[in-house]
Amino acid sequence: MKDLLEKHRPVFERHEVLVQAGADAVGLVNDRVLSPTRAIIGGREVILAGTNNYMGITFDPDCIEAGKRALEEYGTGTTGSRIANGTYAMHRELEQALARVLNRKHCIVFSTGYQANLGMISGLAGPEDTIFIDADSHASIYDGCKLSGAQVIRFRHNDPDNLARKLSRHDPGKGGRLVILEGIYSMLGDRAPLAEFIAVKREYGFQLLLDEAHSFGVLGEHGRGLAEEAGVESEVDFVVGTFSKSIGAIGGFGAGDHPLFEALRWAAKPYMFTASPSPASIATSLCAVHKIENEPWRRKQLMENSRRLHEGFKKLGLKLGCEEVSPVIAVQCPDEPSTLAMWNALLKAGVYVNIALPPGTPGGVHLLRCSVSAAHTEEDIDRIIALFAQVVAAQPGMVAEA
Amino acid sequence: MTTRDEIIARLTELLAPFNKEGVPLTPQTDIAAELNIDSAGVMDFIMEVEDTFDIDIPLNVLSETRTIEDLARVVEERLA
Ligand SMILES: Cc1ncc(COP(=O)(O)O)c(C=O)c1O
Repeated sequence: MKDLLEKHRPVFERHEVLVQAGADAVGLVNDRVLSPTRAIIGGREVILAGTNNYMGITFDPDCIEAGKRALEEYGTGTTGSRIANGTYAMHRELEQALARVLNRKHCIVFSTGYQANLGMISGLAGPEDTIFIDADSHASIYDGCKLSGAQVIRFRHNDPDNLARKLSRHDPGKGGRLVILEGIYSMLGDRAPLAEFIAVKREYGFQLLLDEAHSFGVLGEHGRGLAEEAGVESEVDFVVGTFSKSIGAIGGFGAGDHPLFEALRWAAKPYMFTASPSPASIATSLCAVHKIENEPWRRKQLMENSRRLHEGFKKLGLKLGCEEVSPVIAVQCPDEPSTLAMWNALLKAGVYVNIALPPGTPGGVHLLRCSVSAAHTEEDIDRIIALFAQVVAAQPGMVAEA
Repeated sequence: MTTRDEIIARLTELLAPFNKEGVPLTPQTDIAAELNIDSAGVMDFIMEVEDTFDIDIPLNVLSETRTIEDLARVVEERLA
């Protein structure tokens, strides 16, 4: 009989190569975290430029105080699921606060963003339904689709015409149709062309779920995400988000206005069969949601920082993941060895960014992925640009020939 | 009408750019395993196939599709 782990040998061996190359990004350890933008890694203080900590809220004194109080008053964990003993008044309060901020009638809190996608997608779609997903969707969307048992059809990334073509030859039969998009795509930082997708929605009809994982708190005047920025909120039926990025905690949510929305609490196994988020996580999330609501300067600062880094990289002649400015700024590298070498050199020089390699990247590109924080100072951004300049100069093939 | 053989011939053509190691292609070639194409590459190839034949191939069907011949059968069904 075949050994079960044998199938993973190629991945295992590939990882060994990375370790040998001294670029074990997966095994990276933060020895200490000093602030939203600084950590000690390998005995050295580095600027963090790959944390998705968009609002820079992880060390906010009010959030920390709220978390401490919740730990003392409610204990370390809930030891139960939302539908058993795991719903505290705080979970409800957070759901109400999110519904208010998002301007939605209903909101359900999940234990992670990954589970929010699993729960929402498998709760909404079943074996008789068809889900249309963007080719570059996050793994949690793919897995949610699998869990649903629905027919799953992929369309080309950010291509409303391709979706329209697929819808035009699709017979929904007895089932419904769900289309899933993301506000900001996590690898390249590009937004979905939402208004164009809505035009397709008006022509063919479907229900739309938008994953605002990277755009909640970030885009739109009130931080409600891409749907707000694009002015099409009433056409987006369901929103998913996470607390692991702009909220600086752990957890996730689904929201919508549908009159039957609350039924998802009994239809979504990833909601029912896992422990609810811990009191400390809920309390810091609630505090962070209030800050997203009441401290628009964070959003402004984040966008200014993003613009500064984007322009700085452009001036260096780097090839970026997308032309639009967003807090996800991905630098394209020619191949795997150069990406590993640059990532290593950057870390040694004092800046941490994410490394993203195929097959985890769209179109098989090699990326040094930066994410900007509102907590970065102008000096931080300029330092990141300077360190990239230094490392790029030593790496042939990084800058497009003039 | 497109025959099974014509479909196989067209699929083999479409697969050529993904066959970076130049493995000889037969109807029995296991697309992912033998050609050493990663999961994202397979999905890109499938999108080419969908556009070429103007059909949709749900992900659910793909889990049981390994060889060029398997895929030809799926395409034939979807064209019918
Ligand atoms: C688009 C997208 N959706 C969902 C998630 C999952 O969020 P979480 O980290 O809370 O599980 C992430 C990030 O990890 C993401 O990038």
